[in-house]
Amino acid sequence: MITPYDVAKVRADFPILHRLVNGKPLTYLDNANTTQKPQSVIDAVTDFYTTYNANIHRASHLLGELATRAYEEARVKVQTFLHAADAHEIIYVRNATEGVNLVAQTYGRRNIHAGDEIILSTMEHHANIIPWQLLCAETGAKLRIIPINDAGELMMDEYAKLLSERTKFVGIVHMSNALGTINPIKQVIEMAHAYGVPVLVDAAQSAYHMPIDVQELDCDFLVFSGHKLYGPTGIGVLYGKRALLEEMPPWQGGGDMIATVTFEETTFNEIPYKFEAGTPHIDGAIGLGAAIDYLAGLGMDKISTYENELMAYGTDLLTAVPGLRMIGTARAKASVYSFVLDGIHPYDIGTVLDQEGIAIRTGQHCAHPVMQRFGVPATVRASLGLYNTREELDTLVRGLHTAREIFGE
Amino acid sequence: MTAEVLSEALTIDKAQEEIVEEFDYLGDWTERYKHIADLGRKLPPFPEDQRLEENKVKGCQSQVWLSGHLNGKQIVFDADSDALIVRGLIALALRVYSGRTPEEILSTPPEFINKIGMSEHLSANRANGLQAVIKQIKRYAVAFQARTETE
Repeated sequence: MITPYDVAKVRADFPILHRLVNGKPLTYLDNANTTQKPQSVIDAVTDFYTTYNANIHRASHLLGELATRAYEEARVKVQTFLHAADAHEIIYVRNATEGVNLVAQTYGRRNIHAGDEIILSTMEHHANIIPWQLLCAETGAKLRIIPINDAGELMMDEYAKLLSERTKFVGIVHMSNALGTINPIKQVIEMAHAYGVPVLVDAAQSAYHMPIDVQELDCDFLVFSGHKLYGPTGIGVLYGKRALLEEMPPWQGGGDMIATVTFEETTFNEIPYKFEAGTPHIDGAIGLGAAIDYLAGLGMDKISTYENELMAYGTDLLTAVPGLRMIGTARAKASVYSFVLDGIHPYDIGTVLDQEGIAIRTGQHCAHPVMQRFGVPATVRASLGLYNTREELDTLVRGLHTAREIFGE
Repeated sequence: MTAEVLSEALTIDKAQEEIVEEFDYLGDWTERYKHIADLGRKLPPFPEDQRLEENKVKGCQSQVWLSGHLNGKQIVFDADSDALIVRGLIALALRVYSGRTPEEILSTPPEFINKIGMSEHLSANRANGLQAVIKQIKRYAVAFQARTETE
């Protein structure tokens, strides 16, 4: 039986959506920044602290056993969510940013040297630029950048030209946070693999909008953040192929990541524990597991279909606003409306929308190269989540008309 | 125009009171923002030779410039922003703080901002323009005070 997507029922699961902001009902359209949490995620975290809080992997008592089990069960949920071959390929990190840094500092330091090249794209979030810049400064490797066209799409023919024997790594965003573009990452990966080059996929924006299958993509690494996936902040995931992770040196040292320690020598634990030094974000992992359960309950394919319909509705509505220029008009696009309004500073628009209870983001979205590419100092960004409605997009457009009224001469 | 006339005619406290009274006459928030946008449009042009990296106020989501120079015992400020709301708020801040002595500036908290219902513009949010501008105005006052004391 096919159950239709019931957005009213979905909204009822998110307590924060029922509060007022500046006396108006909250219209939350800042999902690319972070998403709101369903009651089940809040309950999972509360339940951990209320009924079985203990440290994991080292306690000899029942609570420790329960906590360890919940933490490891959440890892299996992530594995299932990403369709990974093995739960040990799932490493808990703080966020997508930390995942990229981990790969740059371990795989990168060991395998990338002076004269080698790392390929990224113009539309990367700073999280997938700076860690590689730091590595380049340390090793003498160089960054090569795939350009994007006026629609905000990756120029694949240019990518083909950049690939060479010197290429040692490719880092690519699955979906742009500043443009909404969905990149053809399967093709990006295939082309890199033809040169024997591993690929890291930044799935921070895509993971909560569409199903992801790391085996089907054949990506070598993939990162995402829990807080964008309707889960807690401070927990994220690095997926890596087992063979690569096993070969990589550890990054941070400390408890839980070791097998035996003497002052002369330490042998390290197995993956994933080799990369999880110290007491981790236990409640974060449990909350992330609950978020994945929630998404699985709705079905990622159904969420994706609903959001795409909503996206099309909003695109028509926004492009009809006089003076509005959409930044990023890729054919394959999800969730994100990044735009400028003639003669009105994005900050001014944000200020007016806030008065109307509408939460959006204004600025450069941690993607300065994208702003430079399109010659805009900043944009207004409205971004959709699984609980947004057509009525909310109507409210957004009304808010933009109010801004035009206030700031137009 | 009005900014200069008023600041010459009024004490720093009177200038704040006058702003508060002016806003009391305004209706809902759209009217307030319209008025602020108007003030922003009327802010005197920023001297182009002062549009320097060192005069850029850090920590604003919009671009903000502020420069100050001593005129007798008073500090005169010029400021600009590419966001109209921020320009308008800056215009208000200059009505209070421009053409004042360092002592006056340092002993006067920007109470008008709360009283006209713009306190969110003084929040801890790092993207906030007005907060950074007022901090910078106070830094000028401290610097000029130190300079006049050593002279």
